[in-house]
Amino acid sequence: MPRPGFVLDVDRSTPPTLFWRGEGFSMEKLPAGRSRIIYPPEPLAPIADIDGTIRRALLNPIDSDPLPALLFPGMKLTIAFDDISLPLPKMRRPDLRQRVIEAVLDLAAAAGVDDVHLIAALALHRRMTEAELRHAVGDRVYDAFAPDGLLYNHDAEDPNGMVLLGITPQGEEVTMNKRAAESDLLIYVNINLVAMDGGWKSTATGLSDYRALRHHHNPATLRASRSMMDQHRSELHKSNWRQGKVIRDGGPKICQIETTLNTDTFPKPFEFLAKREWEWSARDRALYIGTAKSLDHTPASVGRKIFHSIEAPHQMTSIQCGEVEAVHKLTTENVYRQQMMEVSGQTDILTMGIPYICPYNVHSIMNPILVMCTGLGYFFNLYRNKPLVREGGVVIMTHPTPWEFNPVHHPSYIDFFEQCLTESTDPVVLAERFEKQFAEDEWYRHLYRTGYAYHGVHPFYMWYWGSHGMQHCGKVIIVGGEPRSVRRLGFTPASTLNDALEIASDVVGNNATITHLHTPPLLMADVH
Amino acid sequence: MLSFPYRAPTVPDSVDPPRRPSKIGSNFETEWARSPAARWARALVVEGPMRLMVRVAASPERNGLDRLEDLRSSGASTPVIFAANHHSHLDTPLLITSIPEPWRHRLVVGAAADYFFTSRITGTLSALTLNAFPVDRTVVSRKSTDLAGGLLTDGWSLLIYPEGGRSPDGWSQPFHRGTAYLARKADVPVVPIHLEGTGQIFGKGMTKPRPGRTLVTFGAPLWIGAEESTGRFNDRIEAAVQELADEASSDWWTARRNAARGQTPSLSGPQAGGWRRAWRLTEDRRRGKTSRVAPTRQWPKL
Repeated sequence: MPRPGFVLDVDRSTPPTLFWRGEGFSMEKLPAGRSRIIYPPEPLAPIADIDGTIRRALLNPIDSDPLPALLFPGMKLTIAFDDISLPLPKMRRPDLRQRVIEAVLDLAAAAGVDDVHLIAALALHRRMTEAELRHAVGDRVYDAFAPDGLLYNHDAEDPNGMVLLGITPQGEEVTMNKRAAESDLLIYVNINLVAMDGGWKSTATGLSDYRALRHHHNPATLRASRSMMDQHRSELHKSNWRQGKVIRDGGPKICQIETTLNTDTFPKPFEFLAKREWEWSARDRALYIGTAKSLDHTPASVGRKIFHSIEAPHQMTSIQCGEVEAVHKLTTENVYRQQMMEVSGQTDILTMGIPYICPYNVHSIMNPILVMCTGLGYFFNLYRNKPLVREGGVVIMTHPTPWEFNPVHHPSYIDFFEQCLTESTDPVVLAERFEKQFAEDEWYRHLYRTGYAYHGVHPFYMWYWGSHGMQHCGKVIIVGGEPRSVRRLGFTPASTLNDALEIASDVVGNNATITHLHTPPLLMADVH
Repeated sequence: MLSFPYRAPTVPDSVDPPRRPSKIGSNFETEWARSPAARWARALVVEGPMRLMVRVAASPERNGLDRLEDLRSSGASTPVIFAANHHSHLDTPLLITSIPEPWRHRLVVGAAADYFFTSRITGTLSALTLNAFPVDRTVVSRKSTDLAGGLLTDGWSLLIYPEGGRSPDGWSQPFHRGTAYLARKADVPVVPIHLEGTGQIFGKGMTKPRPGRTLVTFGAPLWIGAEESTGRFNDRIEAAVQELADEASSDWWTARRNAARGQTPSLSGPQAGGWRRAWRLTEDRRRGKTSRVAPTRQWPKL
């Protein structure tokens, strides 16, 4: 029986706590008497018969006819699936998308469907490479469809490949990949890692373009999303749902398939990374020392390669198929069943170790903008009701924050960092002054379409992702970060955690309470 | 000169001495080959010279291993019957080096008693290097199935060729029910496997190998249903291997559609005279119907 999440009050006998620092870690001693550590719930037991459960879900969907009844000879079938940003870290083969897509295609074959396209619904993310697509959908599906051009990445900048489906009453345009929009049936295969994923966000965001995304990927919407992980208080969610209504009324018939994973994040021998420190065995300690010491003497690029090769053992805890909103309601319950834990009261200082990966740097570099996005965009938003840190409080992250970018994946990030952040770090100012120029830049467009680059506007979206956190916090400190990178982000660098706590005391006083978020694995804090 | 009892006794002419049971053929004792020392020795042979030989002679490509992932994660001790089509003596080394852990080094191979165990030397070599045990093809007996069933119960996995022997002409032969019977008896899954290319490298009748490329395709594990007869299960195993063959020669989606339409090409070839069967076989090869051709790189249409 997995244990629920746990909030530890730090006392003098509490051992030092693991802090991620990108492709490395450190052990930090938190002040006794005023600190607490939030440990996420342990992984739920996965479903034993995964393939059987998938098949049963397809045959017994929610608020929809069984999938075989929706399939007929001569139809146009499009299967869209989540891109490389999910799950994190990538899961061990076979990926859930492969299992679901193979089950769907089995039914399609039985129904005599010939016209099938598979689309990686990546919105403005970078295109997936052949190896990444193979990992997601499996070699069998890849070899059957990709050579004929029937399995491909969504292209939001294809002038002939997008259609406008309509406009919401709030004036938000709704666009969709043309092939998906003109299909008799669009099946979306999703992996839900956090509560924000899935639902109408899958199709309204994953298969759309800048015209549609700008209506919710902006500072106003994201600042008003408290948090973006809480559907009832997320403006991002509401905007996607409005766009979803337009899709439902004027778009293709959709069959949504959503899956949830447990939080079994690290394979052997890295399991200790998810353990509570006082439960580490002698072997865990030896492994930690060996790993940490080796990583200290390993070039960052090698360390990155090692970490990005990690394939997580996480496995399916639920699958829902059918009508989008009904499916997503159940999916969210299943995400919460794994991740939700109660936390009482806010804190003055929230500490978080930033790991080597976020949704936008798979097989790539965690550049300073992504460090900000992971800390203030993702970890800060893992709450319901109230943020973990009080308004005006301090967030302390630990990450080396090198001044380093992947020029293939993140070309516009480099210019954003050099040109825009030198002018201002205010998301509203940046949006007004620079967003359109980056979004419509022909060179970025070319790199997005033909290379493996994130769209020109993507660094802005990352910055907006953290806008609620930036507005909420009195100060953000990065421990161990390269000072000039940290300052460019508008944050304060510190050499050690003790220095950071000293700096934080200027804002929150000497006896400030401290809360450490012991993630990954992920959690969702219900703060009362 | 030494006499009895220092020498063997002579037999009186009037007595017909009892025949000693043969120690070769299906009576060949192989238990020693499953001892820890023999397993270590075999592991060295398999991971060393055998893997190298397979690599040089057969350049194998292995697909479908992900289909075994659930079985693997359900517990390392689950024994499995691996059932493959059979073209060549190369099949066994190829499969032993292709079957993944945790089964590879806890695998026994059913080998023809009338071929591999006809002398002490070949029997010992087969038992040591392949962990083979004798299977009687010429006599109706339960000895081999009892032995195989006992090994499965003891946690050993089994590699078996349901056709009963190598293909004489490149086309498959009908599957015997032994595999299904064992699956029922030991309550273990059967993993169908399709092998392609070994017949051209060292097929029946060839005196020396001709190195080439091979493709090993693993299928999803099959469990015998509670109410299912061994005959029906045997048909399912054969159909699964045929579908894997279709998948290997075209692609997975085509194979699934063919299976759904009941149009999976038969592995046993056309019902025709000898030369037409041979001609049909070479036809596929000449057309290069194989998925091992690197896929053409796709660029977006701008």
